[in-house]
Amino acid sequence: MKILVAVKRVIDYAVKVRVKPNKSGVETSNVKMSMNPFCEIALEEALRIRESGAAKEVVAVTVGPAQCADTLRTALAMGADRAVHVDAGAAPVLPLSVAKILRALVQVEQPGLLILGKQAIDDDCNQTGQMVAGLLKWPQGTFASKVVLDKEKQVATVEREVDGGLETLCLDLPAVITTDLRLNQPRYATLPNIMKAKSKVIKKVTPEELNVEIKSDLEVVQVTEPPKRKAGVIISSVDELIDKLKNEVVSCNILNCK
Amino acid sequence: MAALAMLRTLRNRSFTSFSPLRLPIRSALSRFISTLVVAEHDGGSIKPSSLSAVEAAAAISRENSISVLLGGSGPDIGKAALQAASSHPLISQVLVADADIFLHPLAETWAELVHLVQQKGGYSHIITASNSFGKNILPRAAALLDVSPVTDITEISEPHLFVRPIYAGNALCTVRYVGKDPCMMTIRSPSFPMHSESAEPKSEAAPISQVDLSTFNEEFFGKSRWLKLASQDTERPDLGNARVVVTGGRGLKSAENFKLLEKLAEKLGAAVGATRAAVDAGFVPNDLQVGQTGKIVAPELYMAFGVSGAIQHLAGMRDSKVIVAINKDADAPIFQVADYGLVADLFDVIPELIEKLPEKK
Repeated sequence: MKILVAVKRVIDYAVKVRVKPNKSGVETSNVKMSMNPFCEIALEEALRIRESGAAKEVVAVTVGPAQCADTLRTALAMGADRAVHVDAGAAPVLPLSVAKILRALVQVEQPGLLILGKQAIDDDCNQTGQMVAGLLKWPQGTFASKVVLDKEKQVATVEREVDGGLETLCLDLPAVITTDLRLNQPRYATLPNIMKAKSKVIKKVTPEELNVEIKSDLEVVQVTEPPKRKAGVIISSVDELIDKLKNEVVSCNILNCK
Repeated sequence: MAALAMLRTLRNRSFTSFSPLRLPIRSALSRFISTLVVAEHDGGSIKPSSLSAVEAAAAISRENSISVLLGGSGPDIGKAALQAASSHPLISQVLVADADIFLHPLAETWAELVHLVQQKGGYSHIITASNSFGKNILPRAAALLDVSPVTDITEISEPHLFVRPIYAGNALCTVRYVGKDPCMMTIRSPSFPMHSESAEPKSEAAPISQVDLSTFNEEFFGKSRWLKLASQDTERPDLGNARVVVTGGRGLKSAENFKLLEKLAEKLGAAVGATRAAVDAGFVPNDLQVGQTGKIVAPELYMAFGVSGAIQHLAGMRDSKVIVAINKDADAPIFQVADYGLVADLFDVIPELIEKLPEKK
């Protein structure tokens, strides 16, 4: 079985993002970029499944401009067998179009599993996995915190983190899985693997070659900073805290005071 | 009502034979707002998050014609439908998909249901809450309908102009939907609280009708099976809509210590929350996690104990009305967002608070 893993290049999770003064977006020049943390987890899970003998090949794919090849090199360094770079130009591509591109690649590669991170930490959309699954009419296991594959029965038992706790689903393969934080701890790419990755193949392809039309039915009007909270005070005792809370209009009726 | 029905038939007719003078009317009609709210119920009661979705639908337009979609079977679904029918003055219809296959929130079945209902109803908007149900099914349904959804909306400025947080809430993005109908959305419940006039029962309940499932094809959903839901029994209020939340972080040091926090929560009638660190360490189960990828809350009072204040945690609680932080470390980033900060040992503070706080009546 082949596993296809979609990864995204985003601003590193530790960076304090800044909104551009002209409100057109967030500052991305001279800012550290990395593989989306959820995508790392997705790739790690694919690698573990391959190492367990349930899959033969892990293929990493990304959609984005030239610089995104970095992310694929990281994926190859972590252990992916090959990579595909879909160059869709500099403009951001909406999840619906990414989903259509992934569907086209699935039809070419015929994987038994498509694994993605549940959301990208830049747009926080949490849509792409669900959309590809819908387009492919494949079952989906989103927000996965545990995946167990039964190679013989060709099913995946997925434990998911939902509002009420942990839900368990059984999915027939081929299926789409999106990964949540606690699924695994991704490995670091070792230096020898980083060197080996330089000679692994990255195939370049365009949306046109995949017969996918990039659609844009959403326009970004502006990007602004969230409202700032007024500065707080440091207090020195529990008594003072209770006193302050009693005098706050809002919390007064919570504390049942007069 | 007759006028609305007439407007609807006019909208559905082809305009190719009409003279160009009619075009302005057509554009007004084609922006006729009608919304499908995909709702959830629990044991026969509509979930508060679904009621927030109805409020959001009302925010799109005061002339909105809102249909509420419910799925499930047995006496619960009937009860939920009756409640929905009188829950808001703008609700004009309740649709019930009565079948066992809708008992569990499987994305495969629900996305096909939404697809079916949209084909029959031709809504301009489809809304659900941005919780694990909505996030799981709405994008799949959007793909079936070939539209880009807008998820996690915190503000509706115009029928097709929305604000949503990005970068863990460190930036707000205003987007305009310029695609075809339906405009599909998930909304953040804390941003659309229920208004008091909506809480009063309507004089006339909306009609309840059954969704025709005769064309519903099992081939769409047979490949996914629901096995179980492991959740903890608790008397604490639901984290998503509690007025007070007390959260413990890594500083609580053990699952046992969280029981101490629970005692404080009981005193305050509060829900208990946790940071990712506390969940990762196994102190509490995942459904207590507050943060960018956990629950987003905006209670009146948020008290954080032993929480450092990582960006990803702040994303989940920064819109709380009053934030109180207790942490031994004076440099913890949480103090930058707290209204009241106390640099002290939480193991001293919590017992003292439990002792000194007034009893809840």
